[in-house]
Amino acid sequence: MAVTLAQAINQALKDAMSDDERVLMFGEDVGRLGGVFRVTDGLQEMFGEGRCYDTPLAESGIVGTAIGLAMYGYRPIAEMQFDGFTYPAFEQIVSHLAKMPNRSRGTVKLPVTIRIPYGGGIGAVEHHSESPESYWVHTQGLKVLTPGTPEDGYSMMRAAISSDDPVVFLEPKRRYWMKSDVELPVETEPATQAVVRREGTDASLFCYGPMVRTALEAADAAADEGWYLEVVDLRSLAPLDTPAILASVQRTGRAIVVHEASRTLGMGAEVAARIQEGAFYHLEAPVLRATGFDTPYPPAKLEEYWLPDVDRILDCLERSLSY
Amino acid sequence: MGRTVTGVDSSDEGPPGDPHGWLPPDEPVSLLDPDGSYHEDPEHPLDLDDEQLRELYRLMVVTRKVDREAINLQRQGQLGVYASCLGQEAAQVASAYALGADDWIFPSYRELGAALVRQVDAAGLLHLYRGTWLSDHDPYAHNFALMSIPIGTQALHATGFAMGAKLDGASIVTLTYYGDGGTSEGDPHEAMTFAGVNDAPVVFFVQNNQYAISVPLDRQTAAPTLAHKAIGYGMPGLRCDGNDVLGTYAVTRRAVERARRGEGPAFIEAMTYRMEAHTTSDDPTRYRTKEEREEAAKTDPIARMKNFLTARDLYDDELEREIDEQAQELATYVRDGIYDADHGDPMELFEHVYVEPEGHFEDQAAQLRAELDSAGEGS
Ligand SMILES: Cc1ncc(C[n+]2csc(CCOP(=O)(O)OP(=O)(O)O)c2C)c(N)n1
Repeated sequence: MAVTLAQAINQALKDAMSDDERVLMFGEDVGRLGGVFRVTDGLQEMFGEGRCYDTPLAESGIVGTAIGLAMYGYRPIAEMQFDGFTYPAFEQIVSHLAKMPNRSRGTVKLPVTIRIPYGGGIGAVEHHSESPESYWVHTQGLKVLTPGTPEDGYSMMRAAISSDDPVVFLEPKRRYWMKSDVELPVETEPATQAVVRREGTDASLFCYGPMVRTALEAADAAADEGWYLEVVDLRSLAPLDTPAILASVQRTGRAIVVHEASRTLGMGAEVAARIQEGAFYHLEAPVLRATGFDTPYPPAKLEEYWLPDVDRILDCLERSLSY
Repeated sequence: MGRTVTGVDSSDEGPPGDPHGWLPPDEPVSLLDPDGSYHEDPEHPLDLDDEQLRELYRLMVVTRKVDREAINLQRQGQLGVYASCLGQEAAQVASAYALGADDWIFPSYRELGAALVRQVDAAGLLHLYRGTWLSDHDPYAHNFALMSIPIGTQALHATGFAMGAKLDGASIVTLTYYGDGGTSEGDPHEAMTFAGVNDAPVVFFVQNNQYAISVPLDRQTAAPTLAHKAIGYGMPGLRCDGNDVLGTYAVTRRAVERARRGEGPAFIEAMTYRMEAHTTSDDPTRYRTKEEREEAAKTDPIARMKNFLTARDLYDDELEREIDEQAQELATYVRDGIYDADHGDPMELFEHVYVEPEGHFEDQAAQLRAELDSAGEGS
């Protein structure tokens, strides 16, 4: 059956709420409307206004009350309507969601999932296309997951909801309509593992979320030129699957990290650091980064110049091969 | 007299429990009925001459025309998205009109009407929605700040600006717009706290259009009215019929003048209705009925002002023609300015990030330059 990423996540939410009545879903416009991307479509009808509800327009309130509900014993899923509107909740996420379990020496568990549609490429106005993953990855105490396929959308969402740790679940919004032929429910690899999407010998492309498909397209294009790229979907940004990253570099000797987020202190910096720490002698070339620029996310008409694409990845490949 | 909207005057004394008269009136102030009949209110005398009355009408008609043009442009793929102000023309035009030339407006994304009062370039304004740039007007040229998309955040900027004006001894009042949904965010609450404590000359103008995307007012607040919140921050909570351009003008005018006299901030809840979808991306049939919308259409702000002007012999065919022509002219100007408008040189992405960009991203700018060259693009 053809399933989109949005449908797969929707099904995961439904199944999780059916299986466990402590699971709640709330946020702005998630109830009656079914969410601006329809990811929560039908949930209020199925589970009632008590378990799937529209909140007032207040992100700090959404996350802060999720923490209270979790302390009471629920397993809340909170939606941030867009990446760029998560910031009012920064305080609650960084100071409490991430830290309270540690503060309490483990007595308080916060099994909260924060769903955030993220990334660009949809021609939106400002604040609707951001890639804030580094903020969450740099906040100790959070798991950060991001699916790149509908299958993972289902399986990783189920894993996020079942996790007793707080999870920031980043949904690549430009891939919401991407389809896979799959029967749900489906269980993919454990959520914290990286997965090799395509094997290759000449260089490794490390990517996640919206860039998985772009990286695969780049690998196709490179193959036409006789270069075989290994595409590694990181899936989990915190924790990062270092053994899988190192193993891939040991096979190929070259590494390129691909993400939409701006380059400086993006995931590429961390991946590169781990590679030079753990696979220095396997490297044929410096680790390179195909990323967004260190400027604010551009207006819609300019995003094609800003976002990393197949060409930018192949440029990196050329530079890598030149060493 | 029962409870009236007395809270705007320093001399006011309210009933026990509300010694300053800061609680809102039971009914929103309204001077024009939906059919256009006018009733006098001694507390809100009309200080507008015939020309000004016509001007308010003209501004509303032009706003509606340009608003429609923007929707059409979106349908034709020329704008990525657009947030219409259909039905909210009176609330916006009247409140902006009540300000003095040196006063400042801090808008949200829906304030086309207020922008037109300020003579902000309408084509430029819509570049935000086309995505040619993130905004395209000079705030200092019109005392009209950049449209703010993160909900309610601009209320703090308006407050800070007003604090600055007060500190400087300048006779400037600021007015900030946000929606009923915006009253739930933290920032407007902090703004009202700061404004109250500092006696800042700022007016918080909330267009209560009944919805925040799909979420109706009763899911947004449990307060009797939004204006009831004001007293908690130490300022009067005022209410007006936001579809009545005269009532809205009168209430805003008093709040603005009070602030100018140094008597502090005020909060206004203008009752209106969002006649269009939230934005062109929204499907309101999922959460509200056709009947509800039709009912709201009966309170149209433009029709009632036209009736009022007609009854006063201030409206005739010639005026109608004149206004229609002006509206058409501006709509055409907007269309010409937006249609297939070029995004300009992508290298501009690096131009405005820092005043002193040295050391930040020369390598990345060079990379984009090379990408553009190899694609045969750019200057
Ligand atoms: C901080 C923040 N959260 C969420 C959004 C997404 N959003 C855009 S408009 C809107 C509803 C706003 O409703 P209201 O304040 O009543 O103003 P209206 O749009 O009706 O004029 C929402 C939730 C946003 N822009 N900013």
